[in-house]
Amino acid sequence: MSEPVPITINVNGRKRSAMVEARLLLVHFLRESLNLTGTHVGCDTSQCGACTVLLDGRSTKSCTVFAVQADGSEVQTIEGLADGDELHPLQDGFWEEHGLQCGYCTPGMIMSAVNLLEDNPAPSEAEIREGISGNICRCTGYQHIVNAIQHAAERMAQS
Amino acid sequence: MTIADGPALPKLIGERVKRREDPRLIQGQATYVDDIKLPGMLHLAFKRSDIAHGVIRSIDTSAAAAMEGVELVITGAELAEHLGPMPIGTPFPAPDHYSVATDKVRYVGEPVAVVVAEDRYLARDAADAIEVEYDELPAVVDPEAAMEAGSATLHEGFERNIAVESYWGGTGVNPETAQPEDDSAVDAAFAEADVVVSQRMLNQRLAPNAMEPRGVVAHYEPGREYLTVWSATQNPHILRTLVAALMGLGEHQVRAVAPEVGGGFGCKINIYGEEYVAAALSRLVKAPVKWIEDRTEAFLTTTHGRDLLGYIDLAAKNDGTITGLKARIIADIGAYEVLLTAMIPTLTGLMMNGVYRLPVVRHELTEVFTNKTPTDAYRGAGRPEGLYFLERAVDMVARELGMDPAEIRRKNFVPPDEFPFATQGGLVYDSGNYEPCLDKALEVADWQGLLAERDAARAEGRIVGVGLSFYVEVCGLGPSAVVPTGGWEHSGVTVERGGKVTATTGASPHGQGNETTFAQMLADHFSIPLEDITILHGDTSVVKQGIGTFGSRSQAVGGAALISAAGKAGDKMKQFAAALMTDQEVSPEDLVFEDGRIQVEGAPEVSKTFAEVADYAYVPVPLPPGMEPGVSEEAFFEPENNTYPFGCHISMVEVDRDTGETKLLKLIAVDDCGNVINPLIVDGQVHGGLAQGIGQAMFEEVVYDEDGQPVTASFMDYVMPRAADLPVFELDRTVTPTPINPLGAKGVGEAGTIGSTPCVVNAAVDALAPFGVTHIEMPLRPERMWRLINEGGQS
Repeated sequence: MSEPVPITINVNGRKRSAMVEARLLLVHFLRESLNLTGTHVGCDTSQCGACTVLLDGRSTKSCTVFAVQADGSEVQTIEGLADGDELHPLQDGFWEEHGLQCGYCTPGMIMSAVNLLEDNPAPSEAEIREGISGNICRCTGYQHIVNAIQHAAERMAQS
Repeated sequence: MTIADGPALPKLIGERVKRREDPRLIQGQATYVDDIKLPGMLHLAFKRSDIAHGVIRSIDTSAAAAMEGVELVITGAELAEHLGPMPIGTPFPAPDHYSVATDKVRYVGEPVAVVVAEDRYLARDAADAIEVEYDELPAVVDPEAAMEAGSATLHEGFERNIAVESYWGGTGVNPETAQPEDDSAVDAAFAEADVVVSQRMLNQRLAPNAMEPRGVVAHYEPGREYLTVWSATQNPHILRTLVAALMGLGEHQVRAVAPEVGGGFGCKINIYGEEYVAAALSRLVKAPVKWIEDRTEAFLTTTHGRDLLGYIDLAAKNDGTITGLKARIIADIGAYEVLLTAMIPTLTGLMMNGVYRLPVVRHELTEVFTNKTPTDAYRGAGRPEGLYFLERAVDMVARELGMDPAEIRRKNFVPPDEFPFATQGGLVYDSGNYEPCLDKALEVADWQGLLAERDAARAEGRIVGVGLSFYVEVCGLGPSAVVPTGGWEHSGVTVERGGKVTATTGASPHGQGNETTFAQMLADHFSIPLEDITILHGDTSVVKQGIGTFGSRSQAVGGAALISAAGKAGDKMKQFAAALMTDQEVSPEDLVFEDGRIQVEGAPEVSKTFAEVADYAYVPVPLPPGMEPGVSEEAFFEPENNTYPFGCHISMVEVDRDTGETKLLKLIAVDDCGNVINPLIVDGQVHGGLAQGIGQAMFEEVVYDEDGQPVTASFMDYVMPRAADLPVFELDRTVTPTPINPLGAKGVGEAGTIGSTPCVVNAAVDALAPFGVTHIEMPLRPERMWRLINEGGQS
């Protein structure tokens, strides 16, 4: 085992410093060291997207990034998405449109959608489906997720 | 006297109420098993077999045990001193199955030793450092070859690897002995038929793949002699019963908790070795322990579903009247029988009557051990297999006779005046009205328009097909006579001081939204706001009794128990209300719940608020004669029969001539699940079921090589449907309530999975029919489709 390495990551607007094993995955740093357990692990091979966070603003599968690779970066997780008590339009969209059932893929799905709408604020249905194809949901058949993202896009366009 | 002046409360049953579960889930605030941390908690990792079949010659744990931070390394043989073989929930003969293999391994992934360590990474390192030597045995992979003389065998006492061999009801079969006694009707039906189709079909092995892997935290407190087990399970009460039994504890010494559970789909019904091991090792090392499965472990060790081979013969007359069905089914159940393994394939033959008035049905079932992961329930659990076989065969007869696939089905439907309808297999369908459902599906899909669209596409040289299926399934498991765990459900309803209501349910959800639907039901029952109601579940220290959530039973059985308990609580509230109305002669029978009040029916001026009656119930001065204080009632509901939802699915596919890739262009689903509590949630259940059924038809398959090595052990190799693979589903409903429960609700969790698979394959066969193709095995892989286009025939 290698010597612990010092890292500092800005997580949800707070500077977090720690000594970590070089092999510690970012997702485990978030979940185990910072207790930010909203980010989930679904597959370990970056296929399912349950662990998706924003790394310097880009949706990133945190199960395939070492914490040391994120040193000096900004990370946003599902816990940092709402503005105080006010839900992010995507969170609201998922609630309104029944975009989740068991909820396990949901945080990652929402974080992917955040990035999708930043890149393309008015995506077509096909673009949404393509845009979330890095995230697997086993419960919903995706239809209500697509509706949820459309709902959010419309709301964000109005505001 | 008080006057009703509160706002009128809308009725919520039947409304698209958004879910009360969601705020915690969309903000990352839910607690799944892996989110639980206890002080001093240690971590487990399993050393697993990397061969399919062999005798353990030696296990060297010394390097692992020497690692700093490793608390314990224990082999299966050592662990067997603390844990006996695992119980199963079926009455079939079964070989001993230890949580961790003691002398022989029978599938890749079977555990052989366990590490307890301070940290999850370290536990994995230590497990990797364990050296195991095996004397390898030939792997048994093909279930048909497994039954031949000379095949290697997995278990002593199970000759030719056969676990179960039986006839399950059917024409001329003695139900007592499950053996055929009279073949004359079956033989005559086939001798006198104008057309007989015979087809071998594989309903392939699938991985359920709930997005949350399995996991367990166990904490045994020696001083209290009390065990708490948190597990990603569909049925915490069954977990409590079985863990207590294997640990030599009473149920009162075990608290089982299903916290937030990230999907189940049947694979979290079984109580697994890892759960027993965690409990036993927590007691042994005197510390809380945690184990979380990774995805490859899930592919190797979480139960698989399906894997039924069917030899199907269907006989019919020239006018399309179906006269007889024979099905010989071989179930590849993998290496062991776990909780419900042997029961699942029995549902296949039982459901093969489908929606038809089949005069003659004979089904024969053989369940076979192979060196693969054990099978158990996967969404639909036996029904998708049976309905796939039947609905493919009916389509083949229609094609042979040149009949429209809708019309052959219409001709053979059980008519509405024959319900309750007894099938040849011995089931009694509760209610049904199939023709309006078919008509609605044809209308929503614009069936004639679809056929014209297909023909126009073909004229352009495109490869397009349309398909249809009509299913019936069985929901609301019990009754207790057929569910070995007990088929009832339990609920408790407490009206608290101030008039808030808390209810418990043993139907422990994992995405089904019971916190919302059950609250809708209570809001209407008591005529109080939804916000005043809390639904608790998943913790055996809070929910006294329960069975769990599987077999589409939450609403049909759990909901019925809830309404029964609510009825008792309501009766007591009315008695207290009547006692409070001292200035009137009021009988409790005259009272109704209305907009937050309890009032004389038709006389709102004679009323008390729900809250003041609740307050009185807890400070009952004076106590009405013959009454106990408080309002906290409970009920068990035992269904007298199952419920039988049905539906019609229609699809259109296009196959790329150059690549063989199949694209699903349309899917229309018209389902009838009886009365609907929340259409939003029902639509969601149907969508998810469709995606899984389409996944089976088009993408998914667990593959083993000839040595029993799994080829599909990660999401890189096992293809799951993604958003871009699926079209916008078009849904509609007909409503045929069930008489079996007071709600008239039948269940909907598995319906989508059952109808969609044959529907999509029927469309694919239709697409390739011009190439002489009569059957296509699932999944509709591009390579398979390309060969059929270029070589014709079957695959």
